[in-house]
Amino acid sequence: MLDVTKIRKDFPILNKDDGLIYLDSAATSLKPKKVIDAVLAYYQDYTANIHRGDYRLSLMASELYDKARENVADFVNVSATEIIFTSGSTASLNQVAYQFGLDILQAGDVILTTETEHASSILPWYQVAKKINAKIEYVPLNNEGLITIENFTKAMHDQVKIVVTTHVSNVLGHVNPIKELARITHDHDGYIVVDGAQAIPHMLIDLKDLDVDFYAFSGHKMLAPTGVGVLYGKRCWLDKMLPLFYGGGSNARFDKQGNITLKNTPEKFEAGTPSIEGVLGLSAAIDYLRDIGMDNVLMHEEELSKYLLTKLHELNNVIIYNPSVKSGIIALNVKNIFSQDVAAYLDHHHIAVRSGNHCAKILNNVIQVTDTIRCSLYIYNTKEDIDEFIRVLKDVTLEKCIDLII
Amino acid sequence: MSEMLKDPMILRQLIMDHYEFPRNHGLVDDTTYSQKHMASESCIDDIVVQVKIIDDKIIDIRFDGVACTISTASTSMMTELLIDKTRLEAKKIIEAYFMMIDNQRYDEAILNEAIAFSNVYKQPNRIKCATIGWKAIKELIEEGEVNE
Ligand SMILES: Cc1ncc(COP(=O)(O)O)c(C=O)c1O
Repeated sequence: MLDVTKIRKDFPILNKDDGLIYLDSAATSLKPKKVIDAVLAYYQDYTANIHRGDYRLSLMASELYDKARENVADFVNVSATEIIFTSGSTASLNQVAYQFGLDILQAGDVILTTETEHASSILPWYQVAKKINAKIEYVPLNNEGLITIENFTKAMHDQVKIVVTTHVSNVLGHVNPIKELARITHDHDGYIVVDGAQAIPHMLIDLKDLDVDFYAFSGHKMLAPTGVGVLYGKRCWLDKMLPLFYGGGSNARFDKQGNITLKNTPEKFEAGTPSIEGVLGLSAAIDYLRDIGMDNVLMHEEELSKYLLTKLHELNNVIIYNPSVKSGIIALNVKNIFSQDVAAYLDHHHIAVRSGNHCAKILNNVIQVTDTIRCSLYIYNTKEDIDEFIRVLKDVTLEKCIDLII
Repeated sequence: MSEMLKDPMILRQLIMDHYEFPRNHGLVDDTTYSQKHMASESCIDDIVVQVKIIDDKIIDIRFDGVACTISTASTSMMTELLIDKTRLEAKKIIEAYFMMIDNQRYDEAILNEAIAFSNVYKQPNRIKCATIGWKAIKELIEEGEVNE
């Protein structure tokens, strides 16, 4: 079990007296003091660039940076040489598309993906497909927006070179069966690239067990600072891949003729000064999550999600788009009121949710609606948060939404 | 008239009415109209505004799209206010509207019902909604002038 009262004390933003009810962790999570302190310590106690100085502070920063990589690797059960620090999921996913996809795809090859993808997962592949005349195909989703193994198997064929899929949908919250998808993809000699942005913060992920080729995630959705993310790739592919950026820190030597000797994986991918504060913050976030226990995180969210769904079902002015979801992402609308108007009304009651189409524009075809309210839960949310959310939802009318602006 | 427009109940009625029964709603398939797709400002509101101008006069305005209450109602009011106006008159009204949204002094009389949005500045996250249709018509009128 997880002690929410204790956890909430760790989050400075939840301890002001403005009564914030934060239900938008899928956009970005709040940050615990431990993470904020890790960032502050870097600036207050050992500011220095990494891997270049011969002095004590630089060695200290470098050591902590390298340890952070090991910590991340350990968290997802892979080797530290397979962890590349990036600026976030978007950067990670673009890097795979351009530096791996462009290289191995040929005209006529198929990129198999889904209609639940986030823009950051699919747009880079649209660009790649355009450049080399590859084809994009979609796995048909079932009527709840889920990829089933059956549908995936049917959609798979020998022209499919790359499978691009999200682990957990940021709109509908469903968890895709990645391990099985990876197995089927590999049976067809394809590669699988997984967007784990919404998965990593909420459940224990063992990348070795999932056996995916690439996996991307962001620090800021898992209690860490913005500006840092991870690209995992199997060592054999990373060794073949060239970096997107060239510059300081990623090469061992170069000469006037333009010969460059790159460092080894993963350093060859990290040209320029990285977000050192971000990486150290990410490591602190992982320590924090590990202390709570990812099983407890998952259990807490599933329990809250179940509670929220039960309460929502009791309201007759609400439509739920993913009633069978188990994760903490719930998509809904209030009947006859546009999502953005409802979100503004909730904001008036200090409740933060997201409205819109959540960067997954092609999902409209699946759930037959252009805009939804997304409520997303995390470790610091309570049943009281949900009760208040339900109270305000029950109460909202078009008139009340309009009254806020007149 | 303007006293009535100070009554919040009436303002609310007005906005509701323009949202539920938007005026000049639905696009026409007619090349004598120029049109503007407003979809890049935010990823929520996505509207198209069409205008037909002959000899400096706004003959017709149409609009359609996916939009919240505030963008729908404010655009609907805009169409009613600007149809049959000359370009110059329209520009004055548009300028007054943006002054109002910006919480500056403006000419209330020419804005008519649109003063229903005079307090939007208190909700900064809704300003885009209250101006999307107005920005479209402003750009359409300006582009029309450049083309001549
Ligand atoms: C499923 C999914 N993929 C990718 C991203 C992009 O992450 P970032 O903005 O951190 O690069 C997000 C964030 O919204 C997401 O929800």
